[in-house]
Amino acid sequence: MMDELLKRDIILDHYQNPRNKREVNDGSYLKNHMAADSCIDDITVYVKIVDDKIEDIAFDGVGCTISTASTSIMTELLTEKTVDEALAIIGEYEKMIAEEDFDADKLAEANAFDTLSKQANRIKCGLIGIEGIKELLERYKDGKQ
Amino acid sequence: MMNKEKIRADFPMIQSEFEKGRIYFDSAATSFKPKCVIDKVVEYYTKESANIHRGDYDLSYQVSSEYETVRKLCAKFLNAKSENEIVFTSGASSSLNLVAYGYGQKFLKADDIILSTEAEHASNILPWFKVSEVTGARIEYIPLDKEGIFDLEAYKKVLSDLGNKIKVVTLAHVSNVLGNIVPIKEVTRLAHEVGAVVVCDGAQSVPHIKVDVQDLDVDFLCFSSHKMLGPSGVGVLYGKYELLDVMDPFMLGGGSNARFDICGNILLKNPPFKFEAGTPCVEGVLGFGEALKYLMDIGMENVEEEGRELHKYFLEEMLKLDNVIVYNPKSETSIVTFNVKDIFAQDVACYLNSQGIAVRSGNHCAKILLNVIGASETIRASLYLYNTKEEVDRAIEVIKGVTLEKCIGASI
Ligand SMILES: Cc1ncc(COP(=O)(O)O)c(C=O)c1O
Repeated sequence: MMDELLKRDIILDHYQNPRNKREVNDGSYLKNHMAADSCIDDITVYVKIVDDKIEDIAFDGVGCTISTASTSIMTELLTEKTVDEALAIIGEYEKMIAEEDFDADKLAEANAFDTLSKQANRIKCGLIGIEGIKELLERYKDGKQ
Repeated sequence: MMNKEKIRADFPMIQSEFEKGRIYFDSAATSFKPKCVIDKVVEYYTKESANIHRGDYDLSYQVSSEYETVRKLCAKFLNAKSENEIVFTSGASSSLNLVAYGYGQKFLKADDIILSTEAEHASNILPWFKVSEVTGARIEYIPLDKEGIFDLEAYKKVLSDLGNKIKVVTLAHVSNVLGNIVPIKEVTRLAHEVGAVVVCDGAQSVPHIKVDVQDLDVDFLCFSSHKMLGPSGVGVLYGKYELLDVMDPFMLGGGSNARFDICGNILLKNPPFKFEAGTPCVEGVLGFGEALKYLMDIGMENVEEEGRELHKYFLEEMLKLDNVIVYNPKSETSIVTFNVKDIFAQDVACYLNSQGIAVRSGNHCAKILLNVIGASETIRASLYLYNTKEEVDRAIEVIKGVTLEKCIGASI
């Protein structure tokens, strides 16, 4: 398990300097507004996929430390990955949150949330942006068929 | 003076293992229940299980009459003219929907105006959106002042501009976000001058302040049992009898009709029974009766006075903190709405939870108010008669020391 101070620093860093956080107005991006589940976090994610590869990924909106940092970390992890690789990474993340065995090597800084499952009321925060990205990737795959 | 120790001893939640040493500051969401309420609910299941208004046997008769006794007690609590003005519902939301459907959709027409505010709980504005959609009536909002508080002068101006087009004035007596008390008696007097009926959302007022429906002269009053020491699943719609009489029920069915025939003719019972189709939450109503007795024994004047005093103390202490923004410095009862500077509300609420303090973060189901106070998310601490100054002192110490690092630390 990751050291607590290290985890705190990673989350603080991604919260205070979120990566890939901007509004995107570009039709070549898929877009997903995640606000229905919670009346607090209101996050929109954008993914640009070219030939099955994630060329760019961004997010925007208001969120707590956990939702902001988890989404920020995931945007970094998934950039330049193929859709299937990205879905596999998200799958490991979901396993971690569900307290199942998971492959920590795949998750890099996202390991900062390796005990989030103990805080039942924050699990949603740690999933909102990432589930939004996952839906877009699945939508892309469905669209291709 | 209330005896706090005695009161706290009456609440099993406060005495429970889980709550020991914890501070519950979320009574605006739902209150704890005294033992007498819980016992009554259990007693129904263990000694009095029977339906009401049906059987010819002793127990059914006894339960029916207890149920009707609660209606009388509630009429007394509100100083209603008659118990026939008390309709039992499943909660404030259901009462508010009943008025919007049964009165609003029935009587409003295109170009009529429904007057409300941007501080309403979703349960008191969404039903009117629907009325507007169905009837073509229009919703207008009374401008709030800079702090999001009801402004009597602005209201008078709207009344003089729109006059007798206004058919309904619907608003919360006490805002669930800002805790300010709306001068509902004056609002009602002025509304009646232009011929409008007044729907008062009393979900946050009836638990805390004395509400006398004849004195206030409101046409409808809606509230929930669970926010005033009673069980959930029960609410009240008070309505003036002549209005209830012409209103449509929201549901039809057993218990609400006197007779019907195969041609589709229905003869409804008189109010309040025509609104109470189906088996109600009998045990909840009986428990609610105990909650009413509990509050009446203490006296609503005392509940109100001590509630104001505790609130004032909490508010003053909060206003002294440099790291806190209070959004309702003029509030008078129960609710303090705030943020810790530069930290997202939910992060603070989670940290407070880790320190044993239960508060609520979010937009409190009053989404349009946020434009007015300029904060998308806030923390709401709401107190009730079982809270103490010592708890306030402890909470203040914790809030004073909140940092972003501690908030993150509480989640990992
Ligand atoms: C002002 C106000 N109105 C209506 C409601 C709805 O009450 P209930 O959820 O009990 O139906 C609430 C509850 O939060 C409230 O605070």
